[in-house]
Amino acid sequence: MKGASLAHIVLVIAALAAVPLLTASNVVLNFLVVALLVALVGQGWNVLAGYGGQYSFGHAAFFGTGAYVTAILQMRYGVNAWIAFTLGIAGGALVGAAIGALAFRSGLRGSYFALVTLAFAEVLRILASVAPVTGAGVGILIALDLRPQAFQFQGRVPFYWIVLTLVAVSLLIVRLIEQSRFGAWLVAVRENEDAARAVGVDTARVKLAAMTISAAITAAGGGFYAQYFLFIDSGIAYGPWISIAALLAPIVGGIGTVFGPLLGALVVKTLGEIAKLVTGDAPGLDLVVYGGVLILVVAFAPQGIAGLLTSLRLRFARLRSSPPERAHG
Amino acid sequence: MAEPLLCLQHVCKRCGGLLAVDHVSLAVEVGRITALIGPNGAGKTTLFSIISGFLAPSEGRIFHRGTDITGMPPHLLARRGIARTFQIMQPFAGLTVHENIAIGAHLSRRSRAEALDAAADVASKVGLGQVLERPAASLTVAARKRLELARAVATNPELLLLDEVLAGLNPGEVAAMMPIIRHLAGRGITIVMIEHVMQAVISLAEHVFVLAEGRIITQGAPQEVVGNARVVEAYLGHGAAARLAAAGGTHV
Ligand SMILES: Nc1ncnc2c1ncn2[C@@H]1O[C@H](COP(=O)(O)OP(=O)(O)OP(=O)(O)O)[C@@H](O)[C@H]1O
Ligand SMILES: [Mg+2]
Repeated sequence: MKGASLAHIVLVIAALAAVPLLTASNVVLNFLVVALLVALVGQGWNVLAGYGGQYSFGHAAFFGTGAYVTAILQMRYGVNAWIAFTLGIAGGALVGAAIGALAFRSGLRGSYFALVTLAFAEVLRILASVAPVTGAGVGILIALDLRPQAFQFQGRVPFYWIVLTLVAVSLLIVRLIEQSRFGAWLVAVRENEDAARAVGVDTARVKLAAMTISAAITAAGGGFYAQYFLFIDSGIAYGPWISIAALLAPIVGGIGTVFGPLLGALVVKTLGEIAKLVTGDAPGLDLVVYGGVLILVVAFAPQGIAGLLTSLRLRFARLRSSPPERAHG
Repeated sequence: MAEPLLCLQHVCKRCGGLLAVDHVSLAVEVGRITALIGPNGAGKTTLFSIISGFLAPSEGRIFHRGTDITGMPPHLLARRGIARTFQIMQPFAGLTVHENIAIGAHLSRRSRAEALDAAADVASKVGLGQVLERPAASLTVAARKRLELARAVATNPELLLLDEVLAGLNPGEVAAMMPIIRHLAGRGITIVMIEHVMQAVISLAEHVFVLAEGRIITQGAPQEVVGNARVVEAYLGHGAAARLAAAGGTHV
């Protein structure tokens, strides 16, 4: 069985949950919060691309919508932060459904789909950089209000628990998808759309549903980002950086697997930190590192780290099951 | 007389300047094996694509159990019980044989476990029981043909459109496949098969339609049809029937 079991998910989340008990270091916690945030955003991408084969270059559209809805509802309309966060997820899902309906209805596939998602994210970024409601070029600052009811906390630990919970939920959602008929249909769409249609799969609808779920997960990351950093502008919310992070983590970790995005996010973020230490944080360096990592993964481990681990495990199993050959004739 | 399971009325398909399907009218009776034969490029696959909803006809109407299904999308036709295989095999290449067939079985089963069980069942019936966990991409041509068949059968169809499931098989493999098709018909599945292997057509089909250049040129019992001069000419070219008869006269 290649899918992740419930026990695996519980184990991994429990191990991560133990970290704040072992260290109070802000550096460590901040690193993990950001890595988990990327894992969450990447898990959204993974649903659509890893399972559904629809490669998006514009997941910023959903991340940014989650972030802006969370911030705008609080600052412009006085909505409670948690409710705003929840509506941010709904807003992201809605944007996902809308873009999906347009793209899939017109039969866009492959690189055309990728380009259209990129275009939508860029249009939203430009709109957000001029519209008054988003704070235009200035961005939105969420007023300091350090109370749990306001989704703001004194230290980093509560944020850590929250983002870990969000990641846990995303892992469970993806596992649920893996084990459902919807998941089987989604993978069928990825593997061969005509064959899927021939056995009764409503491919347009399956893709649309996947895109909506995908967008909702990524939008949760955007809303969390807004609460954690208390500031967003159009470049942060709808910028290409997050679209790249969303696809890099699962590709490095292993696309179409439950743990791929989490694994990839931890590895990518670690490499990014090491590069920063070595070169003293030169601007644009992270992108160079990510580009290098992407090339290495695509060339040597197209199934990502998860794929490497699986093939290693298979090799060990084979070694163990076949007794060593003896050299006598 | 029972109404036909499938009925085509003046179906045409224009591909550029070419009439790939030219006013085809035919009826498929419930519960029997019907063959659709004809030379390469006759329009057989195009006709299957129209019936299964992958192509819209330029003209004409298609009825399934008396309901007009013209222009219905493939997934709805599959849900009505019309299943097809692809002449150019279309496996879910990255998935195992078991998963491939399970996706067919999911059409009528929500539960993953039930679909996998049903898939294993179908696999053993078509002789894929031993390769369940193999990736579809690693199969031989003969096994891939069986996979095409198995995935379609797993949807529990009442009408099965088989596009050259015997093509590319050696005589032993053809002989192994024929009882499987006969068994499916025995279970009450109505089958329409496109086939070039005449021996299989003669032994399996009860009724044959002959398509040439997009038109149905004749139909009838297999024995009559293969002896028909127009059919021989469609396959071998103008005047071939006369030449064959002459050659037959001197040698026998
Ligand atoms: N999409 C298309 N565009 C243009 N021409 C097409 C298209 N599809 C099929 N044709 C043409 O229509 C005719 C019928 O093709 P079709 O594949 O249906 O033949 P066939 O009877 O299945 O042949 P074979 O026995 O070789 O499989 C051919 O001349 C083919 O070139
Ligand atoms: Mg054909």
